[in-house]
Amino acid sequence: MRDSPRPKLAVWKLASCDGCQLTVLDCQDELLALAAEVDIAHFTEATTTDLPGPYDVSLVEGSITTPADAERIRQIRADSRTLVTIGACATAGGIQALRNFADAAEFSAAIYARPDYVASLATSTPVSGHVPVDFELRGCPIDKRQLLSVLSALLAGRQPRIPGHSVCHECKLRGTACVMVAHGTPCLGPVTQAGCGAICPSFDRGCYGCFGPMATPNTAALVPELMRLGTAPGDVRRVFATFNAAAPGFRDVRPKP
Amino acid sequence: MSADSESRGPAWLLPASGLARLHDSLREAGYQVIGPRVVNGAIVLRELSSADELPFGWGVTLAPGGYRLRRRADHAAFAHSAGPGSWKQFLHPPREQLWSAHRTPDGGYSADSAAASDAKLAFIGVRPCDLRAIQIQDQVLGAPTHPDSTYASRRSSVFIVAVNCTEPGETCFCTSMGTGPRAGRGYDLLLTELTGPGDHTFVVEAGSAAGEATLAGLDLRPADPGAMRRAQASVSEAAGKMGRTMHADGLRDLLARSHDAARWEDVASRCLTCGNCTMACPTCFCTTVEDVTDLSGDHAERWQSWASCFDLDFSYVHSGPVRSSGESRYRQWLTHKLGTWHDQFGSSGCVGCGRCIVWCPVGIDITEEVAALQAELGGPEAGE
Repeated sequence: MRDSPRPKLAVWKLASCDGCQLTVLDCQDELLALAAEVDIAHFTEATTTDLPGPYDVSLVEGSITTPADAERIRQIRADSRTLVTIGACATAGGIQALRNFADAAEFSAAIYARPDYVASLATSTPVSGHVPVDFELRGCPIDKRQLLSVLSALLAGRQPRIPGHSVCHECKLRGTACVMVAHGTPCLGPVTQAGCGAICPSFDRGCYGCFGPMATPNTAALVPELMRLGTAPGDVRRVFATFNAAAPGFRDVRPKP
Repeated sequence: MSADSESRGPAWLLPASGLARLHDSLREAGYQVIGPRVVNGAIVLRELSSADELPFGWGVTLAPGGYRLRRRADHAAFAHSAGPGSWKQFLHPPREQLWSAHRTPDGGYSADSAAASDAKLAFIGVRPCDLRAIQIQDQVLGAPTHPDSTYASRRSSVFIVAVNCTEPGETCFCTSMGTGPRAGRGYDLLLTELTGPGDHTFVVEAGSAAGEATLAGLDLRPADPGAMRRAQASVSEAAGKMGRTMHADGLRDLLARSHDAARWEDVASRCLTCGNCTMACPTCFCTTVEDVTDLSGDHAERWQSWASCFDLDFSYVHSGPVRSSGESRYRQWLTHKLGTWHDQFGSSGCVGCGRCIVWCPVGIDITEEVAALQAELGGPEAGE
């Protein structure tokens, strides 16, 4: 079909657990189709191939936690036509952004025999805090269908379309009765961005907010309801301080006891 | 199917055990029978493989942001108010493919419109508020000027077994909206459930030729005057047992002059803009359309899915959303539902089912918001 050379796709890892890269590999039925459309130029988790840039599309997993990564992301940006960040670490700093609310040097001193060997930054920050990002894909990990839809859009030269509305949309579309209303289960769905397909509520659990804040999260309005359903004030802060602890909308949740 | 059932024909008595015969006869007539069923702590609408799956003996306790099943003292099958779902999930599905297209080897393309389902649906247990909601969606999606063809095709074969409401819930206000508790027109069969010591029967009336034909096969005896009186009394009493009231007069004009009301900011401070109210509402009909391609670019599809006016994308135009604040989005929803709906479709868009109150995770109560606007803005004369 294609006369021009195939686009070059690179997958990069910064501070992360590799789960989002695994989601790329988890596209089992679509992997051959993907490999037919792009040249995979760099993807350490999948191949030893390491082709030089420029890259048409770079998928970046992980947050910036070291001076070396802060340098590296600038080079990746310079080498990439389109840069897509994948997952809570790359888009919000990840669970490791808990250090932003504490003293990272103190952690280092408590854990490592020679903390002076460790070159790390005081904060964990999203890629967008360092370089311009063309598109952000949320989740811990990302959703395979959303990844494929973004890649398909980019290959076709159109804008990816990923809704910024709440997880509630997905519960309603799949016919899951609201776990907050029907069961009294605290749930972050109303302030969390859709994309996972509302997996947790469909298994009778509240949403954990792993896709981060929806487009217009009114967390201040949700917090009293979480407490009414039995969540202790300290636990309210904790439930927001997970995968997207540093995301605007989640990081400032301070329940009044 | 049923055009007008204003004129009431003879009434019959159906013992509770006869629901199985009714269900089976609809199945034998080729219908996929859908009705209320207890699933995971809620009474939802699902395909019923047997009338035994109806929620016999289950009731509900409703509150703003709260829904709990409870055991009833009797075996009533339909005394449970509106649940999380509504009939729109079958007539106007949450997600639907409109067409697909494929690139052909010669460089052209071929397109297929999505095949309309030929399933015939029978709805058992349609409450009067929801019967009216179906008619409102008929007007929006099935109106002859520009019908949604897949909606119209699904709708044309629907068989409706309505049930008069004899036990409104804590969040119900159908009498305020003029939609219940007695069912208006539009049903094929209408049941009134009678429960008492050692008694569980239904008074049945037909509202269409199809309904009459179905009844003829059930071999029923005519309803005696006593049963008729009990049926009428229980529906009349229900009208006085609504948990909520909305003063619906003049709402169109009130909302037209509500643009700068202080109440919008107040409700926006509580509103999650999550969109639950719009999707639980049996009349909200808005959709969005998305074109998708596969990785090869050789296959494209167009999908329609429910959209919500609480979504930023809903009013997105060049350079951004028109309604970016929570105030403006809640105002849009309420103003359309209770105000401009009259201009657009000749009636209110609210049927008083109370779903938006119950399924709002923070319990925002539409009747309370309307009362507050009325208090703030005064009566119709205040705006003259």
